[in-house]
Amino acid sequence: MINTMECAVDAQSLISISLRKIHNSRTQRGGIKLHKNLLVSYVLRNARQVYMNEKYAEIYRMQQYEEVMTVCNEIQELNPLDLVEDCEEQTGDCCGSANESASLCGALLPVSHQAPAVQHLQPSSACSVPLALQSEEVCKAPEPSFYRSCCAEAYPVSNCDFSPVNNMHCNKTTVLDLDTHVVTTVENGYLHQDCCASLQQCCQGAQSPAKKRKLDFGYYVSEIEEVPDFTPCKRAKFEDSSYASTEPLDTSNISNLISIFGSGFTGLVSRQADLEQALNGQFCSKQALASLGAWTRAIVAF
Amino acid sequence: MGEDGESPKINHSFLRDYVTEADVISTVEFNQTGDLLATGDKGGRVVIFQRETEPKGESEELGESGEYNVYSTFQSHEPDFDYLKSLEIEEKINKIRWLPQQNAAHFLLSTNDKTIKLWKVSERDKRPEGYNLKDEEGRIKDISTVTSLRVPVLKPTDLMVEVRPRRIFANGHTYHVNSISVNSDGETYLSADDLRINMWHLDITDRSFNIVDIKPANMEDLTEVITAAEFHPHHCHLFVYSSSKGTLRLCDMRESALCDKHSKIFEEPEDPGNRSFFSEIISSVSDVKFSHSGRYLLTRDYLTVKVWDLNMEKGPVETYQVHEYLRSKLCSLYENDCIFDKFECVWNSTDSVIMTGAYNSFFRMFDRETGRGVTLEAWRESSKPRAVLRTRRVYTGGRRRRGDVGVDSLDFTKKILHMAWHPAENIIAIAATNNLYIFQDRVNAENQ
Repeated sequence: MINTMECAVDAQSLISISLRKIHNSRTQRGGIKLHKNLLVSYVLRNARQVYMNEKYAEIYRMQQYEEVMTVCNEIQELNPLDLVEDCEEQTGDCCGSANESASLCGALLPVSHQAPAVQHLQPSSACSVPLALQSEEVCKAPEPSFYRSCCAEAYPVSNCDFSPVNNMHCNKTTVLDLDTHVVTTVENGYLHQDCCASLQQCCQGAQSPAKKRKLDFGYYVSEIEEVPDFTPCKRAKFEDSSYASTEPLDTSNISNLISIFGSGFTGLVSRQADLEQALNGQFCSKQALASLGAWTRAIVAF
Repeated sequence: MGEDGESPKINHSFLRDYVTEADVISTVEFNQTGDLLATGDKGGRVVIFQRETEPKGESEELGESGEYNVYSTFQSHEPDFDYLKSLEIEEKINKIRWLPQQNAAHFLLSTNDKTIKLWKVSERDKRPEGYNLKDEEGRIKDISTVTSLRVPVLKPTDLMVEVRPRRIFANGHTYHVNSISVNSDGETYLSADDLRINMWHLDITDRSFNIVDIKPANMEDLTEVITAAEFHPHHCHLFVYSSSKGTLRLCDMRESALCDKHSKIFEEPEDPGNRSFFSEIISSVSDVKFSHSGRYLLTRDYLTVKVWDLNMEKGPVETYQVHEYLRSKLCSLYENDCIFDKFECVWNSTDSVIMTGAYNSFFRMFDRETGRGVTLEAWRESSKPRAVLRTRRVYTGGRRRRGDVGVDSLDFTKKILHMAWHPAENIIAIAATNNLYIFQDRVNAENQ
């Protein structure tokens, strides 16, 4: 029987309920049911999006821009290695295909400026443009990589999300990356995927979800010290359908479970390969909604 | 009309019979003539019912049809253990499908999560008597007592139903098998698990042909799974499979060996106004069935049944709300896992009526011509044998009638997931937990 009183439909409780279900499924008879766990992970993703949205809205209201920029600068100095790694990849992708990139961006730009039902096309151009970026600018500048991770963290802030393409005016938004504690300001939405509609701004933004994901993964591995190679093991298990639940499960493993879902089922978040293929707006807007990163911190926090 | 009482207000749960988990029926299927009805349960058993044939003259005049009585029972699957993966394999029968009858024996396929078995069901009503070397009990005779020879003869005996496993199709699936479907060619069948569909030949057990594989290279990229699959009733090269994202894919095996690329994809764009945390769950298709004509598809997702025209991919031609009043309860249903229930759906013999199950022992029938739906109940206390089923209603507002059930009074443990419709007549078999109900449309019986 359903209680007359509705269960709490807030994101936090849904997240904890979902995690509990996933946890319990490992000991169920007959092995892990792939279908059910996939559906639970969708609920998890949706709840996470809402939670992050609320969180960012809250932070936006509370944070002061100046304080945060100092923090940002400090952190930039601490992670030179990550920059190098990303720059190398960017170079590979972008530098080599400079001509194509330009034409691709150029081709998409006019499309993005069509009115009005182009709300779908707007994010599509934003999504595909980053892949075709001119690289050198991006690689050399230290800030963009952090903007990238920060911006990709950013849940599409409402003021940028549904604004018509021709209206480039998005308000200034301060975004906190919960994973790296880097805060950045999104000015006029240009650093944000959804609002990116012009090549120039996108180049500055240097959005690349797959790269961002890599960045986050690096953070996971370095920061979850108890089981450094846990995630690779888990990935192997995911590929094998068996999911043998041999290890004892306790609360510390819940955080491991969470880290898996940070890197696992990222197919729920669209992949870079898919981005290249699917230039339709609906897909990209979904991707933008889903492109959240480090929620390990958020989950463990409560 | 049956008694007019309201639903009992007293909770009789402590008086209810304790239901063993193993007795819960997990699949129901008529054979092609409708004379046999097979049920599978969670304990791995199959029970076959046979329709009693009335003397011809009587049944046509009075419109009486035979009842279904137990014909045979056998243990199809046993609990198994995968030592390599340290996994228990449930013996629950997921699906039963009958083969078209070719001789006196009947054949059916039954499957659990991993292994499909072909069973031969045959009758024996004669036995040989008069062996020379064995006595009546089968003991070897002492040769010295044999003084003359005789030819053994077949003598009639009590009817005996023998069920023997003829083929075992094992090791074909890594994931859980959810569907099997016999091809119209009579030689092959498909089996579908979460990520793959295999095609088997009924005579070959050591090999199967993989025709669909949606497993991504990296399991982290997984976004959808296969939920059901079925061959076209007439075209042996066509089959359809449904996904957890609510899409249907029609595949033509003539196009390529591996049918990863669909011929047609049927999907309905999501209504953004209805978006919720659970949108993905309630759009997952739990069952897909071709119409008898082969022209339409019937799908069931959590809140609706939909009819699709094979010629139109952009959306269903008909949508019926099964229990829309549950939309506001999705959170609670998620908590108690009811939102993951997989309801089946069926066509009637003429494709004019569709039926599916719901909660509180209710099931729904929709008349496609009028678009109207009716709710019926499969519950022994309210339906005596030969009594007419009365329609039920769930109260969702407006004028409350006597007998209406409030949404919060629905018993979500009583779910009708599995059902079957006789291929030619208006006889339906409804599985309600551990009980099987067989209902018949007496009014129209003579019109069949």
